[in-house]
Amino acid sequence: MEALTAIVIGVLTAASVYLMLARNFMRFLFGLVLLSNAANLTIFASGRMTKGAPALVPYGEDAPIGVVGNALPQALVLTAIVIGFGLLAFTLALAFEAYRRMNSVDTDEMRFAEPKEDTSK
Amino acid sequence: MSWVLVMPIAVPFVTAVVAYLARYYPAGRWISLGGSALTLVASAVLMAAVLDQGVIAAQMSNWDAPFGITLVADYLGAVMVVITAITGLATAIYALGEIPEHVEGLGFHALFQILIAGVTGAFLTGDLFNLYVWFEVMLIASFSLLVIGGGKERLDAGIKYVALNLVSTLIFLSGIGLLYGLTGTLNMADLRGSVAELENQGLVTVIAMMFMVGFGVKAAVFPLFFWLPASYHTPYFAISAVFAGLLTKVGVYALMRMFTLVFVGDVGFTHEILIWVSALTMFVGVVGAAAQTDFRKILSFHIISQIGYMTLGLALFTPLALMGGVFYLVHHIIVKANLFFVAGLAKQYAGSTDLNRIGGLYKSAPLLAALFIIPAFSLAGFPPLSGFWAKYLIVKAAIEIDAWFIAFVALLVGLLTIFSMTKIWGMAFWKPHPDGIDPTPDRAPPVVTRAMIVPIAGLATMTIVIGFFPEPFVQFARTAAEQLLDPSDYVTTVLGGQP
Repeated sequence: MEALTAIVIGVLTAASVYLMLARNFMRFLFGLVLLSNAANLTIFASGRMTKGAPALVPYGEDAPIGVVGNALPQALVLTAIVIGFGLLAFTLALAFEAYRRMNSVDTDEMRFAEPKEDTSK
Repeated sequence: MSWVLVMPIAVPFVTAVVAYLARYYPAGRWISLGGSALTLVASAVLMAAVLDQGVIAAQMSNWDAPFGITLVADYLGAVMVVITAITGLATAIYALGEIPEHVEGLGFHALFQILIAGVTGAFLTGDLFNLYVWFEVMLIASFSLLVIGGGKERLDAGIKYVALNLVSTLIFLSGIGLLYGLTGTLNMADLRGSVAELENQGLVTVIAMMFMVGFGVKAAVFPLFFWLPASYHTPYFAISAVFAGLLTKVGVYALMRMFTLVFVGDVGFTHEILIWVSALTMFVGVVGAAAQTDFRKILSFHIISQIGYMTLGLALFTPLALMGGVFYLVHHIIVKANLFFVAGLAKQYAGSTDLNRIGGLYKSAPLLAALFIIPAFSLAGFPPLSGFWAKYLIVKAAIEIDAWFIAFVALLVGLLTIFSMTKIWGMAFWKPHPDGIDPTPDRAPPVVTRAMIVPIAGLATMTIVIGFFPEPFVQFARTAAEQLLDPSDYVTTVLGGQP
């Protein structure tokens, strides 16, 4: 299971790097989505994958009984997913607004903040 | 005790909520100003507690370390919180003059307060994952502030800023995941012991490099700085000043914290890389500035160049060098924010930030000229201003360990900084205005001038005070550096006396 997860993370990262190298900003954004999922899976896998029950404490007990899954990485991943979702939603809105104003998603044509040097001077 | 640590974070958050509700009313900006003042008070209380007890820590919700989230302040953390609050207050005053009403209606003050809360949280947390969360709080606020007000330039800058910062965050997050997988803990004090005990030190170095890249993008070191000059010259001046003062410094702080507390197993490798990164950062930044003719673009490249000095303080890894790094951090935040403030006022008077299109400020606005001279020459390292002592400590530390080449680069960069500052001085202040107008302060409404000159004068005064009376600040930096190099106090305070 861990080997499979590691391969999945690797494939996700490779695909995201491929996408992020594109000039099209939307492709970059999709690459970012994949990379954020790869990071989340990394956290999840590094908490060790154990075959066990959910980490629930039975009523009246102080600690879970028997072998249970590690709950901390799940909490971390949940936090990271929520944060990543918020940031990606913002970035998507930003990309849309940028497309409306600049009429392009090609990062080569986005030269408004740093216009090309006027070489005639 | 825990209230002392929580208040500097809680006050800006509460202020943000109230300021958001009042965003359509003039009261909103006064709430923001009042909140910033309260934050400064809370930070001063924290500073007093740290001066009294050395290191203080608090466990949130009484979950004992290393399981719960810890807030902790040592000398470095405390001084960063205080300087953040000072910059926040200065910016809140400056914003009274600069930020137009419709931008306030978009929630400027709320976003600004959240930014301050995020930065403060990053300085105070003792938990690695919590540090990630504070980074995100800070980032989402900074994204919004960067593009607030709209326009092609800001959107373009925003896209580059957002894209590169998100990638760096994900690298940082993966690093956290892997470090947790190796050690099973996220508490920074606990990590120190756990990482040292690991057998597989090679893997730790790999993770250390992930952290170095992640924080390096935030700190804008060579070769990861390209988002900074692409974006810092576009937002409102108040915003770019607070960005210039604080955001990159959070990256430097995180580097300093992690590479003195946790990743000290292979100093010969990691810190050697940092030395060369710092030297290249200093040099490339200052050369980049030489090619620019826009007030804020020059200043943006100088941020990069100055970051090199701070990371150099960390990279040399001697008590004197770290002391210089801490001193530099504090001095730089004051000076850099102030220079961006000056640029904003210069634009109000002369009409542009393009140095080719302005001039005559020396004759028409002598007070502004005097207030520019102080931070500008402090940045370049003229005695007796604060920058001189900061550079002196770093260069002396480099010479002490016979790093002659590094010392030479540091001095050369100081010289080239003077070149840039005199360029701004000559073109914006001395040369006559190309359009033949007289850029007197009357060209801006008196309310605007008053609100904008107060923080500039205040920060300039601080620069002079640090310059003329450096002794207490140097002593403070010395203790901070000692705590960084020998964090046993930090570790025992956080873990409550456990080994």
